Amino acid sequence: MMRTPDGTETLTFHFDGKAYRARPGDTLAAALLANGITLVGRSFKYHRPRGIMAAGVEEPNALVTVGEGGRAEPNTRATDVFVYDGLVAQSQNRWPSLAWDVGALLGPLAPALPAGFYYKTFFGPAKRWMIYEALIRRAAGLGPAPQQRDPDKFAQRGAFADVVVVGGGPAGVEAALAAAGRGERVMLVEQDAILNASLLRDGHHGAGDALAQLHDAGVQVLLRTTAAGYWDDNFLTLAERLVEPGQVPPAHGFVQRLWHVRAGRVVMATGALERPLAFANNDRPGVMLSQAVRTYVRRFGVVPGRRVVIATTGDDAYCTAQALADAGAGIVAILDARPAGQGPACAFPVHHDAHPVSASGGKHGVTGLTAQVGGAQRHFAADLVAMSGGFSPVVHLHMQAGGTLRWDEGAQAFLPDQLRQTGESIGAATQAVPSAPALSLGKPKTSFVDQQNDVSLADIDIAWQEGYRSVEHLKRYTTLGMATDQGKTSGVPALMRLASKRGVPVPQAGLTTFRPPYTPVTMGALAGLAAHDAGVHERRLPLHAALDAAGAHWQPLGAWKRPRAFPKAGESLADSALREARTVREAVGLCDVSTLGKFMVRGPEAAALLELVCATRVGSLKAGRGRYTVMLREDGMVSDDGTVWHLPDGGWTDGGWLLTSSTGGADRMATWLSYARQVLRPQVRASVVNVQEHFAGLALAGPRASALLASLIGEPAPRHMGCAPATIAGVPVLVLGASYSGERAFEVHVEATRAAPVFAALHEAVMAAGGCLYGLDAMDLLRIEKGHVVIGTEADGRTTPHDLGLGGMLNPAGGFIGAAGLTRPALHERGRLQLVGIEATDGGLIAEGSMLVAKTGAPPQGHVTAAGRRVLGDGSGVALALLADGMTRHGETLLAHSPTRGQTAPVRVTAPLFHDPEGARYRD
Amino acid sequence: MYRIPCPHCGPRAQAEFTYERSAEAIIDPALPAGEAMPRLYTRTNPMGVDDELWRHTYGCRAWVVLTRDRVTHVISASRAIGPEVLP
Repeated sequence: MMRTPDGTETLTFHFDGKAYRARPGDTLAAALLANGITLVGRSFKYHRPRGIMAAGVEEPNALVTVGEGGRAEPNTRATDVFVYDGLVAQSQNRWPSLAWDVGALLGPLAPALPAGFYYKTFFGPAKRWMIYEALIRRAAGLGPAPQQRDPDKFAQRGAFADVVVVGGGPAGVEAALAAAGRGERVMLVEQDAILNASLLRDGHHGAGDALAQLHDAGVQVLLRTTAAGYWDDNFLTLAERLVEPGQVPPAHGFVQRLWHVRAGRVVMATGALERPLAFANNDRPGVMLSQAVRTYVRRFGVVPGRRVVIATTGDDAYCTAQALADAGAGIVAILDARPAGQGPACAFPVHHDAHPVSASGGKHGVTGLTAQVGGAQRHFAADLVAMSGGFSPVVHLHMQAGGTLRWDEGAQAFLPDQLRQTGESIGAATQAVPSAPALSLGKPKTSFVDQQNDVSLADIDIAWQEGYRSVEHLKRYTTLGMATDQGKTSGVPALMRLASKRGVPVPQAGLTTFRPPYTPVTMGALAGLAAHDAGVHERRLPLHAALDAAGAHWQPLGAWKRPRAFPKAGESLADSALREARTVREAVGLCDVSTLGKFMVRGPEAAALLELVCATRVGSLKAGRGRYTVMLREDGMVSDDGTVWHLPDGGWTDGGWLLTSSTGGADRMATWLSYARQVLRPQVRASVVNVQEHFAGLALAGPRASALLASLIGEPAPRHMGCAPATIAGVPVLVLGASYSGERAFEVHVEATRAAPVFAALHEAVMAAGGCLYGLDAMDLLRIEKGHVVIGTEADGRTTPHDLGLGGMLNPAGGFIGAAGLTRPALHERGRLQLVGIEATDGGLIAEGSMLVAKTGAPPQGHVTAAGRRVLGDGSGVALALLADGMTRHGETLLAHSPTRGQTAPVRVTAPLFHDPEGARYRD
Repeated sequence: MYRIPCPHCGPRAQAEFTYERSAEAIIDPALPAGEAMPRLYTRTNPMGVDDELWRHTYGCRAWVVLTRDRVTHVISASRAIGPEVLP
């Protein structure tokens, strides 16, 4: 026991299955120490026994999993969790138990796992790497991520403040009060659960009333909140813990809140972190930072050792000696790196010019420290080693904000220098605390600098020997500073080693950049409410309910849900699609096409704007007529296709132009039209209105479509590629004579809110005429037979209109976006992938995605983009494909080979048109 | 996250905006391929100040030209799109 129970131990918590008592206000680390638990975890790579080194968020070793089930939070620092009743914590990276860890057998193998071993194993046969990797993955690591879904909710909130003060120590509290006194809106952020914790640590009284003072002054105080990121233009992300890790929140409550704060000014009162010393076995449980020891003694009443050796390079550790002595512990020795005459006067046995060499002891604690004192080695028996290698200001936020640092030789530390943004560092974050340079005299192999990633001085030496000179390379090769603590305690000691190797001062050795977040932020906090379904919006068809009632099998398509098929009871999706497609070919079918991109273009120069975006002629279209069109990117590749319609004057649409585009390209096309209109042609007299969701659309297709429609609208249906306003069931509609299926077909567009009666009338008439509803799968079968391309499938971003056989459609006058790009000679050379049809010569089916080869094992000459089958007749496989020089190869036989599906089909190359090549079926 | 001065809406969060392209890559379709393609593929990509085309996508939806230092992130000017800012 390191703390005598006094009856205030009202909380129960569990560590590795065993119950312990704690006092309110204890961190888990304090409570573990109070119960005499010094061995807390196993190290990342070598499974070395590790204890508690620090008292704050910089703790590299004491990582535990807190909480159970989906609430479990792995890799939580025991120093950053406050004990609540019922807390459950598990140690990590050990098997079968913390004390008897099989992985610790790796320890003696350490010479086989030096810096860069991960990369080195890449050499040699791939098989060997596979074995290594499996072993490494199992042996190295941190806590496992929970498998269950997190049951908790995470909030996010935006805020503005004149001043955000980061850090609730004495400097931060004073700055916040001063700003509030000037009438400013102030937020004060403190990661600890209390303010002025450093006053408590240093034995000052009167720390307790700061919270009340701040509240009275109108300061918004956020405790248990970490300023995780300091971004451009004084934007801060704050991660606030509303309950402790693993704790069950109150009913309907949030567990964390992520704040997005835009601040007028940021005051960084972030304090300083004590640096460890690098000596052999400095990672043993029982080797702690000096200030941490003092914190445990004074704040938590825990005395982590009875016979203490203190190794220091400055004055602060003498205060720790006093705190320990006050608590009744014995000070065996203070080993001061500085020569005699330096350091405060005290009654403790002080040795000057004394440097730690090696700690001795086992997995539960140290038994002593060997040091170089003057010219001789001496051993000091002790059960606790407190070390102080000087203080590094917490400059992380300053650096995140683009600030520069300056090296202070006297403090052996980087201090904040210039800041680009509106803010300042104050207090200990700016102070140069005098410190002698720390010497490293111990065995480099076990003298750790980055304890969390198991990087020792020897690893830095190896990296140096292997030619890594830049600190950026050193970092990546050794993984120094890349653990979850981001090297809060390892940066400067490692830099000093590198600098001494290079024979340069520390600042010339370079410094890696501190990046957000300052401490790990849970994924839940970043996701907020989007962690559940709120993040994915669903776009519903205007006729969703009616189609659902009609038996739609829904298919997600981007954010949309569209009917894939309308299977009858017991019918498979494939059978349903084929039946629906046959009904379209033989009678009539009705399909929802509401998701098509639709843009209303009006104004005297509407045609000119359209001829900029569309690669085909538009201006020559007479009123009441439409045309298929393609849109190109500036490099000449097809970006979308659609139809353009010159709407007749009169009726409810009354003139103007309608441009349709593909469902998937609708958002892209909206931006592209906006770009063309506002940026390329800012003076064009035309307006573009995106009406995609204003209209519901229904495609009516099949040999009976024309007569059926005529009877519904009470006048002759428009000709193929003609358009006219009409009325169905008393509702104004726009009828476009467009065919995607190869049959005589129409698109009926209607205001979305008035679509239901129109659908009902069409649906009833279609069913009465022996037709049916059809979905995406049937539509695909129909369009493949007809050779209509789909953007993203046949046009894959590398496809020009010429490759698709659409070269003849291009506007001969040019002037459209992409015209210049298309003139590049390479786009017209031999070897381009061109659109072809392929048909299975054995009557079977063709696998989508197959490569086209001359024989098995031969290099692929193209690939199958979309596979279907003959809707009528024998049902044999037909497909569309992109094939090198395909247009000149009709009649050739190839193999469509799909290794992933294990299918090979003999095929013949044809024109991409399997149905009604003359187009007789859709013309009047 | 930047605070971007929209010439129409005033200062707004970067999350409302979409970066489109460097202003030098705004290509008039009338340009011949010999001039247009270098603008598309071999931009100067300056380490420093650049004119950039952004869109206030989740605001007024207008296109704006920002003069932005790509090293310091300082936005020194913000202009509405119009004939006068085109290259």
